Amino acid sequence: MYSQIILDYYNNPPNKEKMKKATLSAAEANTSCGDQIEIQLKIDNKKKITEAKFTGTGCIISQASASMLLEYIENKPLKEVKQLTEEKALQLIGIKLTPIRMKCALLAWKTLKKAIA
Amino acid sequence: MVSKWKKDFPIFSKKINGRKLIYLDSAGTSQKPKQVISSESEFYEKYNSNIHRGVNTLSEHATQLYENSRVKTAEFMGAGSDEVVFVRNATEGINLVAQSYGRQHVKKGDTILLTEMEHHSNIIPWQLLATEKGAKVEYVEVDKETGKLDELDLERKLSSQQMAIFAFTHVSNVLGTVNNVKKLARLAKSNGATVVLDSCQSFPHMEVNVKNLGVDFAVLSGHKIFAPTGIGALYGRKELLEEMSPFLSGGNMISTVSKESATWNEVPWKFEAGTPNIAGTIALGAAIDYMNRIGMKNIENYNNKLVDYCVSELQKLPFIKIYPPLKEKVGAVAFNVANIHPHDVASVLDNEGIAIRTGHHCCQPLMNALGVNATCRASFQIYNEFSDVDSLVNALNKCKKVFKL
Repeated sequence: MYSQIILDYYNNPPNKEKMKKATLSAAEANTSCGDQIEIQLKIDNKKKITEAKFTGTGCIISQASASMLLEYIENKPLKEVKQLTEEKALQLIGIKLTPIRMKCALLAWKTLKKAIA
Repeated sequence: MVSKWKKDFPIFSKKINGRKLIYLDSAGTSQKPKQVISSESEFYEKYNSNIHRGVNTLSEHATQLYENSRVKTAEFMGAGSDEVVFVRNATEGINLVAQSYGRQHVKKGDTILLTEMEHHSNIIPWQLLATEKGAKVEYVEVDKETGKLDELDLERKLSSQQMAIFAFTHVSNVLGTVNNVKKLARLAKSNGATVVLDSCQSFPHMEVNVKNLGVDFAVLSGHKIFAPTGIGALYGRKELLEEMSPFLSGGNMISTVSKESATWNEVPWKFEAGTPNIAGTIALGAAIDYMNRIGMKNIENYNNKLVDYCVSELQKLPFIKIYPPLKEKVGAVAFNVANIHPHDVASVLDNEGIAIRTGHHCCQPLMNALGVNATCRASFQIYNEFSDVDSLVNALNKCKKVFKL
């Protein structure tokens, strides 16, 4: 489950920082385990996501999957990101998860959906 | 140390992720011995019938078995059998006390005293009652270093004015701390408070006599003492139970019913509305028989040795933090692995066939007091062995490798 790539994203997340002026943002938490994620997006006048950042605390799966997801959506049109499915989000993480750990992995995707809704 | 009793628990023939099951979550729920499992199936095969109702051999036999279980439970708790109410679980027991006794006695401006180490089930029913009545809820603080109640804070809060209820746990489900119930009950009662004891985590590990402890109410969780889920017991002093209004209402709890009103059945049946968990109650009796055959002293000594061994082995690992790092605890050892989230630890352990509990353990105020979001918890029962602790240590060393600590 804890592949090198997951650990790398957890230890050195390339997009874990607070943005000054976000166009869209949202926060979510997994109350049962205390994972928290806040996502901030900058969107240009062509409706493209030019920057995607997150802050948060929690387990390796929740934080690494946030980082991987945001890296994936950066520089993509908002319209395309709106169509991002749960399956695709899980596919990005690329590891097999038990149902309870899927909640950790999908926290960022849920937060992203809330931000762009 | 090898368990003489493990063979009684069929679940240990099961494989988890291709490995033998190492179950370290007995504070969550205990595994069930074949004696209890067969008692439940035997009821459905031979005696299944409703109780306290029909005049027929089957129903009379079922009623007898059910009421026998009450006698056994009462003896186990150190109570009179008319002081034991069967409930679904300990949570329901506490809600019954809050909603019946609490609503009748707690007034505006009163204090309901709890402690920071309470399970949510001994917090929320009191918060709801306090909101309804305009009373306030206060908490005795926990000393982070020792895991014990802060003596000074305790004395100050116990002597506060208008204290109506002091509800506290016998044994913390996270820290394993044992509270001095006798002393706390005496102090609270000398200040006029009614004492409610959450004894869910003490009954599985030690002899508990509610009368000797001097409490007014106490709850027992069946599934934590080898019985099935869905059955628990509430002890209430008879005088108190008698003056209390019903909690749930319907069949069996009445004496007479007219179109306009009703009179109540005697205690404890006044509090047992509807068809109860008959098979589960009988199986609770079988679980108590099972524990009595082993002997509570033997259970206590055996489990204390497991906890001792666990603490001393975990203390050898520099990347483990124990809450609190002392051997003086009962049933459970809470810890964290460096700065790794407990869920990540649990996933690595699960891969090794080891089941632990992780999270806030339904104790968010305690987690805040400890300054953590969550912890891992290993908890023990008579089917565990020293080798289970060794496996835990090996798996934690594996965590160290996986997470490069």
